[in-house]
Amino acid sequence: MSVLLKTNGVCSHYGDFQALFGIDFEISEGEVVSVIGANGAGKSTFLRSLVGLNKVSPEMVVFQDEKIGGLPPYEIVKKGIALVPEGRRLFPSLTVEENLMMGGNPGRKGDWNLRRIYDLFPILEERRNNPGTALSGGQQQMVAIGRALMSNPRLLLCDEISLGLAPLVIRDIYASMPKILASGTAVIVVEQDIGQATRIANRVYCFQEGRVSLSGRSAELTREQISEAYFGSH
Amino acid sequence: MSTTNFTVIRATRTSQVAAVVMLALVAIGASAPFWAGSDITMTLVEFFYFLALAQMWNLLAGYGGLISIGQQAFVGIGAYSLVALAIFGGINPFIAVFVSGAVAGLVAWPSSKLLFRLQGPYFAIGSWVLAEVFRLLLANYSALGGGSGISITESVTDMDSWWRESLTYWLSLVIGVGSVVAVYALLRSKQGLALTAVRDSEAASESLGVSVWKIKMSVYIVAAIGTGIIGALIFLTKLRVSPDAAFSIEWSALIIFIVIIGGVGTIEGPLIGTLIYFVLRNFLADFGSWYMILLGAIAILTMLFMRQGIWGWVANKFDLHLFPVQRRIQLENKE
Amino acid sequence: MINLIDTLIQGILLGGVYALFATGLSLSFGIMRFVNIAHGDFIVAGAYAALALIGLFPMYPITTLIVVVPALAFIGYWAQRLIYNRLLGRDIMPPLLMTFGLSIILQNLMLEIFSGDSKRLDAGDLVSSSIQVTEDLYIGLFPLGVFLLSIALLAGLQFFFAKTATGRALRATSDDKEMVQLMAINSNRIFAIAMAIASATVAIAGVALGMSKAFDPLLGPPQLIYAFEAVIIGGLGSLWGTLAGGMILGIAQAIGFRFDPGWGLLFGHLAFFGVLLFRPQGLFPKTRDR
Repeated sequence: MSVLLKTNGVCSHYGDFQALFGIDFEISEGEVVSVIGANGAGKSTFLRSLVGLNKVSPEMVVFQDEKIGGLPPYEIVKKGIALVPEGRRLFPSLTVEENLMMGGNPGRKGDWNLRRIYDLFPILEERRNNPGTALSGGQQQMVAIGRALMSNPRLLLCDEISLGLAPLVIRDIYASMPKILASGTAVIVVEQDIGQATRIANRVYCFQEGRVSLSGRSAELTREQISEAYFGSH
Repeated sequence: MSTTNFTVIRATRTSQVAAVVMLALVAIGASAPFWAGSDITMTLVEFFYFLALAQMWNLLAGYGGLISIGQQAFVGIGAYSLVALAIFGGINPFIAVFVSGAVAGLVAWPSSKLLFRLQGPYFAIGSWVLAEVFRLLLANYSALGGGSGISITESVTDMDSWWRESLTYWLSLVIGVGSVVAVYALLRSKQGLALTAVRDSEAASESLGVSVWKIKMSVYIVAAIGTGIIGALIFLTKLRVSPDAAFSIEWSALIIFIVIIGGVGTIEGPLIGTLIYFVLRNFLADFGSWYMILLGAIAILTMLFMRQGIWGWVANKFDLHLFPVQRRIQLENKE
Repeated sequence: MINLIDTLIQGILLGGVYALFATGLSLSFGIMRFVNIAHGDFIVAGAYAALALIGLFPMYPITTLIVVVPALAFIGYWAQRLIYNRLLGRDIMPPLLMTFGLSIILQNLMLEIFSGDSKRLDAGDLVSSSIQVTEDLYIGLFPLGVFLLSIALLAGLQFFFAKTATGRALRATSDDKEMVQLMAINSNRIFAIAMAIASATVAIAGVALGMSKAFDPLLGPPQLIYAFEAVIIGGLGSLWGTLAGGMILGIAQAIGFRFDPGWGLLFGHLAFFGVLLFRPQGLFPKTRDR
């Protein structure tokens, strides 16, 4: 299994405030890797840095052996990284179907198209002409995921997709993961729910205050280790 | 662990030197009517009122964060108040100048309530619409001259011309220097600190108990009062008011160019800008519209490449502050 | 009674003109949150461009559209890409002040090139003819034409936004210009496209202006003000709202003119301030402000 994405000491700033202090991270093809951590630990900032929404130096992010740090988002997306952003961020002026079609704009070839998205999330087909924001939280999350999949990414970034959703809905959404993986996409899942994160992922990274405090195979990590890495020893 | 005492200091060596130099200049300037010719004092009068207008706009925009392209509304209101007070009220025009400021302030109060419903660029255009409304109202009001305007020479003809010119000059000196002093004093005050805080971050200021709304409205009204006084002064010197001249967008154009080129958000900026404007005007007076084009082009280039203006650039490069409004903390360690 | 209907019709038709002026402003603000203070001056520049063209190659004013529209669209596209885009950001001062400076420059440039005399795009009989509706009621042919044109334009734009991929991309950009980059859209380019479309409408507005009345270099600011008032009355973000806003403005002005020629514009401004006072978001607002 070859390494799909590798980061070297990713640092990120918001003005004077430094959010990330040298993150080393790695994910291989076909893997699911979780990133957990408390609020403000830098998880979202990290994903944004991968996809180009936050500026980093070229060598900090290497994707498919290519240095992509610092490239604008519209170019990174064409190379095959897609983000399901925190808070979903659907386009309110567009219908469900139009939101999905926007996702297909990068024009990458692959398995995913409107038909397959509707097969994955049948409820969306019923609601295809509704405005994107007139759906329930869970359905909106499905649109957000579908929109990202429409670009046929090799790497899918999911930022807190279970936030604000009922357990049954979360279960349904995560049930779609196997199909996503089956199409050859690797997934990075940022989660606050530790149980969900370790269940779904091969490996886990824990962030704390902008640094990696723990990483390893989810099967091998103990609850004590995770607890300490998550909350720290302050 | 040692405690750290600190003192809050404001003056810098440069500012103290500058203060002395400026005081000397003002003293020399005050004596001008006694040794300078009419054309020099007239030019100085213009210099002072442009400086004052620039300070007012800078207060509004650079410190209050309110970009207005309609301040000519208050230039005009000040001018017409002068006319009404001097001609119909029989009040001495030199006193009426200040009363005109109060009138402008009174008009500014309800105006702000209306205009503040608009944000950003729409506030700017709205301020322009307001000026247009006043222009149209006065153009249709024949008692004050209607569209062709009215002259106020009759209220000053019984005055000796040297006295009239000198009084006008001193008035403009007071207003010009006064505007700089007033803005400086305001910014050094507690209200000024609040104003700077609001400029830097409205959200943070609100959370600290600063009423952003009230502060902005106060700044708007203060700037209007100042502009009204200046407007009255301007037309006292021109002796004739017409709606098109009093409410002309050209007032805003010139002041804005002056402040941008000089440096928005600093007190020294408008001063530098006014100086530059007068120098340019001197050399380009014969070129008609090209001079406005050049001024506009310089302002645009400044906005694109040197956003902080000439003074902003100088101040940053050399850490120079002639009018220090920042508070620095000087630490002294106690063992 | 006939006077009232006549006034209303005049106002409505005037509304079409104002909607035409306002479309570019509405688009530019809706998609890029960018207000071009020189908007009115560009409309006047469009009229002068048509005039200059006619001076070189005698033609009907309407024919000038073939050149003027693409020309202004081209200029708008590159102005946005090279200059305006650099100014966009959280600070509203740079774009505002820059376009204000541009407005002054344009006016003075046109003064120097074309002089301050009023000019007119000669459309011959078209402008003075009218059709008879009833025994006492006549409707000017040209105002009617402009009104229908603006409806056609708005309908065309609505179709473009609703049904084409670029239109969809523009709508998404106005919703969330950060997220839209994740859809492989270069905001620099999409903004330039929006400005090109806005400039095309400005060109059309300019030729219409030049045909309908005598124009001079300083006529820009009032057009900006009418456009702005139409947008605010109608509500931000809605093209048809802008038409409604334009019509209300037109009707207010027409009523004012009936009372006294000096009051026409004033009534329009008062209607604007009235809406601002009682319904500041406008009549049919659609834009969410982030």
